[in-house]
Amino acid sequence: MHAIVCIKQVPDTTEVRINPETNTLIREGVASIINPFDTYAIEEGLRLKERFGGKVTVLSMGPPQAREALKEAVAMGADEAILLTDKAFAGSDTWATAYTLSWAIRHLTPFDIILCGKQAIDGDTGQVGPGIARQLQIPQLTYVSRVLEIDPESAHIRVERLLEEGREIVDCSLPALLTVVKDINQPRYPTFMGIRRATRMEIPVWDSQALPEANPEYLGLRGSPTQVVRIFHPPARSGQATLLTGDTPAQLAAQLADRLLADKVI
Amino acid sequence: MDFALSEEHQMVQRMVRDFAAREIAPNVKEHDRRQTFDRSILPRMAAQGLLGICLPVRYGGAGMDFVSLGLACEELEYVDTAYRVILSVHVGLNGLTLLQWGTEEQKQRYLVPQSLGEKIATYGLTEPSAGSDAIGIQSTARREGDHWVLNGEKMWISLADVADNFLVFAWTDQEKKRARDHTGMSAFIIERGFPGVQTGTIHGKLGVRAGNTGWISMKDVPVPSENMLGREGEGFYIAMSALDNGRYTVAWGATGLIRACLDASVRYARERQAFGVEIGRHELVQQMIANMQLKYDTARLLCLRAGWLKNQGIRNTRETSLAKWHATVSSFECAADAVEIHGAYGYSDEYDVERFLRNSKGAVIYEGSREIQQLIQAQYALGYRKDRPLRCEMPAYDPVAWQQEA
Repeated sequence: MHAIVCIKQVPDTTEVRINPETNTLIREGVASIINPFDTYAIEEGLRLKERFGGKVTVLSMGPPQAREALKEAVAMGADEAILLTDKAFAGSDTWATAYTLSWAIRHLTPFDIILCGKQAIDGDTGQVGPGIARQLQIPQLTYVSRVLEIDPESAHIRVERLLEEGREIVDCSLPALLTVVKDINQPRYPTFMGIRRATRMEIPVWDSQALPEANPEYLGLRGSPTQVVRIFHPPARSGQATLLTGDTPAQLAAQLADRLLADKVI
Repeated sequence: MDFALSEEHQMVQRMVRDFAAREIAPNVKEHDRRQTFDRSILPRMAAQGLLGICLPVRYGGAGMDFVSLGLACEELEYVDTAYRVILSVHVGLNGLTLLQWGTEEQKQRYLVPQSLGEKIATYGLTEPSAGSDAIGIQSTARREGDHWVLNGEKMWISLADVADNFLVFAWTDQEKKRARDHTGMSAFIIERGFPGVQTGTIHGKLGVRAGNTGWISMKDVPVPSENMLGREGEGFYIAMSALDNGRYTVAWGATGLIRACLDASVRYARERQAFGVEIGRHELVQQMIANMQLKYDTARLLCLRAGWLKNQGIRNTRETSLAKWHATVSSFECAADAVEIHGAYGYSDEYDVERFLRNSKGAVIYEGSREIQQLIQAQYALGYRKDRPLRCEMPAYDPVAWQQEA
């Protein structure tokens, strides 16, 4: 079983503030973490390895410091890690990112499964995982909350998807790409042995030269169809507050219920 | 000279920080209020390797160094003192002392299961009527055939009601006990299951209420001769060398507590408005925050220096004592200021800072009170005190040797 996990290093959004003039994230001095949804993907990959043997490869595209995120994944138990970094990749939107990652993944064949978090907490698009599947022409199973069955021999997987309307059970062939939600597992912590292995590991860096088949026109900012025209704060919603008064909670509740009925809320 | 944490140390710090935030923080207030010790944390710490963090792999440990131990203590006490105390007694006072003084057989028998977290261990020196005056302890051990018989009471012992193994100190020479000659004192490893061992929990402590503190009673406890740690008469040296490691963990923990006070105060100072501005804009609040930053940085530098000395295998009694004195006293001052910054809210347990204040006072007293640490510093400066070589010195940290399997 070869599982490839795509991860992204993101700013820790619990610490992020917005620059009021440019409306962009203030990234200086903010700790970087593995995108939390991706940690569930790593964990799922590690569980598959524990069950079937094989290996887990983590892959990330980003600036050189994204190496830290890969090392964290190795400290959790991933076997191999590859960093895609090149000025030519800079400014990639979700399409160009998926395109670049898919070329890297072609160099990592054979594989049985690709795992991604459902979305990154900085961009929140959720498009890169499905984009990779489309580029590689393999099936995609998004928002997976449980792997119900998986058999690498017969190349079959059955998963439960968490959708807005409910849960959906899907059968699919392998290799496939899964994006996972946080219900799927509880990620483990790095271990001391893993930390030692990670700090001693030299993480291979692939630049655009390492992907000679990729069309340079499709890389980085140049290859990105998305154009950010303007970033703005949506106007604050205004509302009116009414303070209900009454002596007892029951009176207050009755007043509230009357108001909600009158406003046709309930 | 390099002031940066290594990549390995940074990863250890992140791991323990994440562990403490996810495994400890959600329930700590409840345990503190109810004065309950959460035993379920022990297997989780064990699974993570924390209970043997800086012990060699061949003795069941994780093979990390002394700075890693310190960082773990900082991160645990950032959340609550009680959880740092586990490392202080189990690893600092007991495990490392077995590593330094134990026979190979004692290490296999006691240190290995302790490092793996299968057994929990603590340290018993203090007695109801002897704290700073360690030579004033009353516990005795008399030889009877091929074993010793221990009698006495230990008090204010962390994890007294939780631990399986205890490292205790008692007089083996009654003449020397009367003469207050510390060469009459010896160290013993006793197990909870030995006949005559009883323990209990002390409630109503000012702080560290999520921790377990108690007493150990020994009534005619038979202890096999092979459970004497070190040689007969070496007990006092063993007890003091253990404190070099216990104090080290306390100093790091207090440093974490200072950081917790600083972070809580900064957060609140940015939220809370008074006189039309956030209170961080008021200069007297800034002064308190500046002091916290000063104390955090100085405490941490002293801790790092002590850790570096330990890694080098250099005697560090003075430097560790200084770190412990400065960090604990500072943590109490910072916690008091953190309550001040929070105003009336700081006085209620709606916010964490009142717990920080209650927790901080203990470490100013235990493992060598503020006053004892001052005497130590003065005596070194005046030349009244000098380190003499020990029969068993703590070896320097050697990553290859520490990480060798069996």
